[in-house]
Amino acid sequence: MDTQKTALYEYHKSLGAKFVPFAGYQMPVQYSSGIVEEHKTTRSEAGLFDVSHMGQLSIEGSADLILALEKIIPTDFKNIKLNQSKYSFLTNENGGIYDDLIVTKVERGFNIILNAACKDNDFKIIKNALGGKFKLTLHKDLSLIALQGPKASEILENIINGISSLKFMNGKNFSYNSAQIYITRSGYTGEDGFEISIANNMVEDFAKSLIAKGAKPIGLGARDTLRLEAGLCLYGHDINETTTPIEANLKWAISKRRREEGGFLGYNKIKSDINGELSRLRIGIKPAGKIIAREGTKIFSVDGQEIGSVTSGTFGPSVNGPIAMGYVKFDFVKSGTKILLEVRGKKYDAKVSELPFYKKNYVR
Amino acid sequence: MSEKKFSKQHEWVSVEGDVATIGITKHAAEMLGDVVFVELPEKGKTVKKEGQAGVVESTKAASDVYTPITGEITETNQSIVDDPGAVNKDPEGHAWFFKIKIKNKSELDELMSKADYDKFAKENPN
Repeated sequence: MDTQKTALYEYHKSLGAKFVPFAGYQMPVQYSSGIVEEHKTTRSEAGLFDVSHMGQLSIEGSADLILALEKIIPTDFKNIKLNQSKYSFLTNENGGIYDDLIVTKVERGFNIILNAACKDNDFKIIKNALGGKFKLTLHKDLSLIALQGPKASEILENIINGISSLKFMNGKNFSYNSAQIYITRSGYTGEDGFEISIANNMVEDFAKSLIAKGAKPIGLGARDTLRLEAGLCLYGHDINETTTPIEANLKWAISKRRREEGGFLGYNKIKSDINGELSRLRIGIKPAGKIIAREGTKIFSVDGQEIGSVTSGTFGPSVNGPIAMGYVKFDFVKSGTKILLEVRGKKYDAKVSELPFYKKNYVR
Repeated sequence: MSEKKFSKQHEWVSVEGDVATIGITKHAAEMLGDVVFVELPEKGKTVKKEGQAGVVESTKAASDVYTPITGEITETNQSIVDDPGAVNKDPEGHAWFFKIKIKNKSELDELMSKADYDKFAKENPN
C-alpha cells in the first residue's frame, strides 16, 4: 500500500519533522525539539497537531437517520443538541469496539471523527447499517488540525474572532478567508483546545498563522504521552474489538437512556457487563520506580497470580515518571492496590492508580 | 585515555590500560530521542562481545545496549540511571554506561575509527 501524505506534509518537513509511517500515512512523530519538550510546551503554552489522517465522515439526514445511527452507536442521538459533540463507539455484536469516535450534531445531520486505521472499515460498517438511505461522505478534501494547551484559546482568537466563547465539546461554523470552517472545542491531550476542520488547500495558511501567533508544532510522539497522562484510550491498544466499553471503564460515554433501553449492537453483552458480571477492567498503573512497562507487559498480584496485562505504557513528562494503563481482573481494580509488572523477566512493584494521571480543567 | 573506537551497534569504546569505558554514540542518542530510562549491567558480571549489557528507553521504545568488548563489568555509571536525560546531553562524555576489564585486546582491532563510524552511521541510520 502506498503511504499517503497529509496536505501539511511539506510544511512539517520545513519545520524539521521526523516522519514515521502511521495508519498508512507519513506522519510527523516529532520535530527537532523532541517529544519531552513538545509535550511540556503543549501543557504550558499551545501545540499544533496535524491529525488529518483521521477520518472525517459526514452523514446527512434527520429523524430516520437518528433511529438508524442509534442501532450501531450507543450515543443518545435523540437528545444531542445542535453543535454538541459526544465521545462514543461503533460497537460490534459481542459488545466489542470497532472504533471509538466523536460525533457532532450539525445542521444537515452528523459529523463523525474516526481513527485513521479504522476509517475505511468504519465507513463500510456504517454504510451497510444505514442501508443506502443517507448521504455519507468520508472527506478527502478536508484536513483536521488540533490546537491544544492553555494558550490555545488566546492564540486562535487572533485568527477566529469569538472562538474563546465556544464551550467544551461544542462546535460551530466560523468564517476564515471568506470560507467556512468547522471548529470544535475538544482534543486528545487533557488540555483545553480546539479541533479545526478546514479545506486541504487552506490548511497550510491556517497552520502558519497559528505558528506565527506562538503555537508550536507537535508530533505523534508527544500526542501519545499527552493522551496517556490524560488517561485517554488509544484504539487498537487500550480498546479493540474484544474489549467492551464497560470493561474499558468508559461507561460514562453511554447515556443513562441508552444503557437502560439498549437497542444497539452488542447491547446484551454490555448490559451484562453493567449488571456486574464484569471480569476485568481498564485501570491506570504507576510503577514504583523508573521502570517503563510497555504494551504486553504481564501484570501479577503480589502473591504471584497473573491478573492481566498492560495495553499502553510510557514515560509521562508532566508526571515526571513512568505511567501505564492495562486490564486486570476485577478483584484488583481498586486504586492503591499493589501489583507486580514483569519487565524483561523481572518483577517490579507498581500500584493501581486513579485516571487521569494528569488533570486540567476544561472550559465548560 | 585512548582515542575512541566505535561499533556497528552504535557504541563507543575508550581504553585506559586494560579497562574499556563504553557508552552509546551521539548518533545513537539522537536516533533514540529523549532517553527516559537506563538499565545497566551488574558489577562483576561477565559480558560477551555483542551480547546485551543494558537497556535504554526513550518515550517511544526500549532498545538493548550491547557491549562491543568481552570482559567483566568493573564499574557502572549510576548518574545516568538517576538522570537518563544526561544521555542526550553528553552521550560521548559524562554519560558513559559501564567499564569493562578487557579480556581480549584483539577485539579492539575489529572496531571502527571515528571517520569510518561516521560514514557507517550515515549509511545505516538505525
